[in-house]
Amino acid sequence: MSFIPNTDADRARMLSAIGVASTAELFRDVPKDFRFPKLDLPAALSEHEILTQMDALSRLNAQGPQTPSFLGAGAYNHFIPAVVDAMVSRSEFATAYTPYQPEVSQGTLQAIFEYQSMIARLTGMEISNASHYDGATSTAEAVIMALNVAQWEKKRVLLSAGVHPQYRAVVRTYTQGMGLTVGGDESTSIGLVQLGALCDESTACVVVQYPDFLGRVAEPAQLSGLAQRAHACGALFVVVANPVALGLLVAPGEMGADVVAGEGQALGNHLSFGGPYLGFFAFRREHIRKSSGRIAGQTVDHDGRRSYVFTLSTREQHIRREKATSNICTNQSLNALTAAVYLTALGPGGLKRVAELCWHKAHYAASRITGLSGYSVPQGEFFHEFVVCCPRPVSRINARLFEKHGIIGGYDLGMDYPELGDAMLVCCTEVTTKEQIDGLVTALEDCRNV
Amino acid sequence: MEYKFDEKARYSKTHEWVRVDGAEAVVGISDYAQNKLSDVVFTDLPAVGKELTRESAFMVIESVKAAEEVFAPVSGTVTARNEKLVRAPELVNKDPFGDGWLVRVRLSDVKELDSLMDLASYRKLVDTL
Repeated sequence: MSFIPNTDADRARMLSAIGVASTAELFRDVPKDFRFPKLDLPAALSEHEILTQMDALSRLNAQGPQTPSFLGAGAYNHFIPAVVDAMVSRSEFATAYTPYQPEVSQGTLQAIFEYQSMIARLTGMEISNASHYDGATSTAEAVIMALNVAQWEKKRVLLSAGVHPQYRAVVRTYTQGMGLTVGGDESTSIGLVQLGALCDESTACVVVQYPDFLGRVAEPAQLSGLAQRAHACGALFVVVANPVALGLLVAPGEMGADVVAGEGQALGNHLSFGGPYLGFFAFRREHIRKSSGRIAGQTVDHDGRRSYVFTLSTREQHIRREKATSNICTNQSLNALTAAVYLTALGPGGLKRVAELCWHKAHYAASRITGLSGYSVPQGEFFHEFVVCCPRPVSRINARLFEKHGIIGGYDLGMDYPELGDAMLVCCTEVTTKEQIDGLVTALEDCRNV
Repeated sequence: MEYKFDEKARYSKTHEWVRVDGAEAVVGISDYAQNKLSDVVFTDLPAVGKELTRESAFMVIESVKAAEEVFAPVSGTVTARNEKLVRAPELVNKDPFGDGWLVRVRLSDVKELDSLMDLASYRKLVDTL
């Protein structure tokens, strides 16, 4: 079956229109040796053969409920009700590319508007945009927005070491060459109070994560205090949040956040090898002109009927060019829709219940692991992830957990936080069972001297 | 198209006007400019105290179809901004030389005014556009 829609006659007509004798002639500027290099490819397979081969490959993965996993670190395994995929895979949503013309795309625009409304309520903010690529890009856009709010007169960005290491890396990539000083995250020993002390008149924003990358949940009073400190310096207070945790915790908007950004994968999106994910981005109304991304708004049409359009697009690059608030106009519509359907299916009570289950399972796991000799869990409030200080290097423990016990262990913190020593980040969600946790505890005991 | 002009104002090539008023000057955009922008929906006014440099962008005006920078016709310090525009940006369209003014400026160099166009030259420029 050919997927090329034009015929030989079409091609001949196009070639004659531009005055070229043959398609090959179009490539004459490419040196002959490079024109059609020999490719070392195996013979083509039939569809059936391909499927069989892919299936065999996928069986090499450790996957599904039969392999307990305690990995989190920004990507979370939650139960996804069947209604989510059923709705999202409807072709009206799944196959349309940039379906944003209001005349023909009311369904998509309304879905985005509803997504925005839910994110705004969850974060305690007034406005949400239509989404960004992922938690990392959302965080970076929050920093750019703060620089715009400060009219690029403030050149300092403070990041908490508790912000996801990859998000911090992306912030640095985004802002390189802008002459900024990005710091505050040199060590986890710089707490929220110390971070506040670093904040000065040249600081555009202070970025923290809630719960932080190590799972810790700061006291709302502490975060409010940092927000006040940031505002006193004329800086924005940016909170990177886990939306599932917000089903249970105080909304960042109530603690003085100006921007709440983060990874929305946990809201009904599959883990999918790390993407595509969903960057959510919410903020206070006063900063709307400096905000990034698309925003769907509700209005009325010529006949006074409720309808939806993209609004305030003069901030965007197709109109304001190099002065745009961001170089990225696009959004993750299908993933945002997934989040909206997930949140709708669960409702506020359901989301809170998911968060409670996550909290309880993680706390059960922590209490059991604390009882193991050689292992310890640092004091302090946490949500569904916690640090385990281990008696041996985490890479060796994880290898044995997987090979001998069929368990995927926690995230090895050694690369990102060498000051923590042999430390593992363990995550439990509502789908983690008590049996799996008990199995992990037994297996960790077996790894004590590995 | 017939445009309005203000005979007391002087004009820049980029369609801003400036009108001396006592020790200060008032700055806005011309009727031609507002007409080309169409309906203005937002003015990103600078803070009082901001230093303006002649021919440098000091604010952005957004309309339903564009976002354009406004260039300072003269150098100086912003002493007031038209706060009415925050709620009623359409004043820029309705009365560009009056209620639609943008900022008041304390001039740092009165001689800069001489390099701007008078009404006759500016009218001639607009006629060629």
